[in-house]
Amino acid sequence: MTMKSSTRQVDGVTIVDLSGRITLGEGSVVLRETVRDLLSKGQKKILLNLGDVNYIDSSGIGELVSAFTTAKNQGGELKLLNLTKKVHDLLQITKLYTVFDVKDDEAAAVKSFTK
Amino acid sequence: MRDLQANSQFARLTHAGQHYGPDVTVASEAKADSGTVHSMSADRVSYTLDSTLETVNNAEETAGRMAAEAGFDDEEIMKISMAVREAAVNAVLHGNAYDPGKKVTLAFERTLHDLVIVIRDQGKGLDASKIPDPLAPDNLLKTSGRGIFLMRSFMDVVEIHPSQTGTELRMIKHVHGNPADSKEAPQ
Repeated sequence: MTMKSSTRQVDGVTIVDLSGRITLGEGSVVLRETVRDLLSKGQKKILLNLGDVNYIDSSGIGELVSAFTTAKNQGGELKLLNLTKKVHDLLQITKLYTVFDVKDDEAAAVKSFTK
Repeated sequence: MRDLQANSQFARLTHAGQHYGPDVTVASEAKADSGTVHSMSADRVSYTLDSTLETVNNAEETAGRMAAEAGFDDEEIMKISMAVREAAVNAVLHGNAYDPGKKVTLAFERTLHDLVIVIRDQGKGLDASKIPDPLAPDNLLKTSGRGIFLMRSFMDVVEIHPSQTGTELRMIKHVHGNPADSKEAPQ
């Protein structure tokens, strides 16, 4: 299953709804280009909804890290929402769970961004 | 496209319109012993694959099927298939560097107690000692370097054997309480 991405705006925060697999190749490219496109448009409050991401490999993890640092370096914020158990476990064993700002409630996540 | 189609024991490979049979197959032996049918004692199959992204996906899917046939549960199947995916990425991307003249060989062996997986590339040889610890604070935000770590996290044994003609990566997952065996037992 390839990855799909769609965006919506909620109170100044861009929520990116992702579904499928974030893996080497297409999935990682979709994520990279989506985040790059948002930042270039000045949309720097980004919430990645991973609720329908059922698989991620080391390349996908690297792409999440890249998105996080790219947003941060441009004065933005990138947070993660609704991790599946698989993705949660992967971020735990790679010690990235505490690096990312991970949320499980969309409304609270939106409010958590800097005004 | 997912190309590796399993028969009752192991797979045949069709790839980009071509057909490859397994390089080596030792047929399984089902031995009756006191009315109980035991699983295979030694099965092995190997493939020679192109250095493409498609190979990575195929290797992952085949590993999942092999793991299921060996009786692993869903979580273990996910771990095994992911470890094989990471190993295949290493072979295709870092070892052979997508060189169309270089091949990846992928072998699965099912023994009584283990699923043994060997992936070999034709690259320069991976020096694992030079891979930085991805859990070190200074490396947490690096965008690569987690593949070997994930393999070691998900498999019981991971051995890396580099040479001047390539790298052989051997991974083992122990079979615990094989449910596939019990399903085959006479009622």
